[in-house]
Amino acid sequence: MAHPSDRKYSKDHEWVSLDGDVATVGISDFAQSQLGDVVFIELPEEGDSVSADEQFGDIESVKSVSELVSPVSGEIVEVNSGLVDTLETVNTDPHGAGWMIKVRVSDAGELDELLTAEEYDAFITEG
Amino acid sequence: MSDELRATTLYDEHLSLGARMVPFAGWSMPVQYAGIIEEHRAVRSSAGVFDVGHMAEFRVFGFPAFDFLQRMFTNDLHKIADLGHAQYTLMLDEDGHIIDDLIVYHSGDLEYLIIANAGNRESDFAWLREHAPDDVELVDESDRTALVALQGPEALRVVSELAGPEWTPPARFTLGEATLDTIPALVARTGYTGEDGVEILVGASNAPALWRALLSFAEVTPAGLGARDTLRLEMGYPLYGSDMDRTVDPISAGLGWVVPKAKTGFIGAEAVAHVRETGPARKLVGLFVEGGVPRHGFPVLHAGEEVGKVASGTFSPTLETGIATAYVPADLAVPGTRLEVAIRRNVVPATVVKPPFVTKTSLSA
Repeated sequence: MAHPSDRKYSKDHEWVSLDGDVATVGISDFAQSQLGDVVFIELPEEGDSVSADEQFGDIESVKSVSELVSPVSGEIVEVNSGLVDTLETVNTDPHGAGWMIKVRVSDAGELDELLTAEEYDAFITEG
Repeated sequence: MSDELRATTLYDEHLSLGARMVPFAGWSMPVQYAGIIEEHRAVRSSAGVFDVGHMAEFRVFGFPAFDFLQRMFTNDLHKIADLGHAQYTLMLDEDGHIIDDLIVYHSGDLEYLIIANAGNRESDFAWLREHAPDDVELVDESDRTALVALQGPEALRVVSELAGPEWTPPARFTLGEATLDTIPALVARTGYTGEDGVEILVGASNAPALWRALLSFAEVTPAGLGARDTLRLEMGYPLYGSDMDRTVDPISAGLGWVVPKAKTGFIGAEAVAHVRETGPARKLVGLFVEGGVPRHGFPVLHAGEEVGKVASGTFSPTLETGIATAYVPADLAVPGTRLEVAIRRNVVPATVVKPPFVTKTSLSA
């Protein structure tokens, strides 16, 4: 699966897609393939605030636990709570139905510092 | 001096299958191919094949062999007086602490084959060598022996087809010779998954041919150490280094059944008898854990106070919940007792159970 060019990516392997002042956040296809089958996810609640580069949850496979790190700052306006019952969606559709949180961003400029799909692909190849 | 990882003779096969390789006990081993959950389910529903060539094989031969091993091991070798029979057993030190758990096969007249944990190969062999009488032959066969496990409801059908129409599968916990697709083999009806199946020993150089022959069956999926761990933990089978080590006696570890009370004269016997008499202070229990995945080292709590730590822990693909083992005070080691496990920032409920966690397999009645 290629990384779609309609969004930005962080070095922590999250993607973020902005619509107005609401950013949708999930993990990249690279991240889900490294993780393996997702068996557990811990997400924050609506109303919680997040900051760029800070942890907003955990995601687990059988063998590993990874932090979910927010690429943007703001207030969480929606959480994909249905994900808990269909964890495999994170593996099968990480860029679509596998979205995790929606954030009303406090500073849209934060996205400028993130990577384009091309830059992200280069980043994961080098790493 | 560099610490290089060892590789089995199936290393290239794993790479060509796209395996994710990890270091384990000094070896580079496949942790998964398609994915742990998929591989786990393939073993429970059909058949999986595992490279366990990192494990140790020792051969003991001679007139003193029986007496020697009767002294080194807890279980009673009289129970495997018949040729080809095997038993699970423990090797203890003088304090009654577990050096290793292993399977001993009465492989021939005056001869025993021992399969031991990879991580204990050197120390087990040194311990056996230290205690061996002069006139017994003790050989480390590991380097020239490959071991491949084929486990699952379809396993016996697959190995029977490879062995040809003249071959009868060995009975459970016995081993016998077979020629598998022209490869000379020893086929043992033992395993670590809770499914019916076999563990196949062949000369190390023949492992790739055997591996490919097994994978030529559509029913067989390659499975790695990740699935091996989830499968064995679902059965409550202990893992040395996780559930027991040199600080633990068999009674505390729930392995009293491998140490028959009537047997004396083995190393550690007095120490074990003493623990039986006084009762162990702590016992290994199984835990069903809700709301998270328990992992080695996570605190186990009772009424808010830490009473132990998780020994083995994982996500059970069959039950789709967390399962774990932990040493807790003996008075809490009662099935049904409600405890808690601290999983990073959360504390989740856990219930003491007597393993196995999964009861319906191709091995159960």
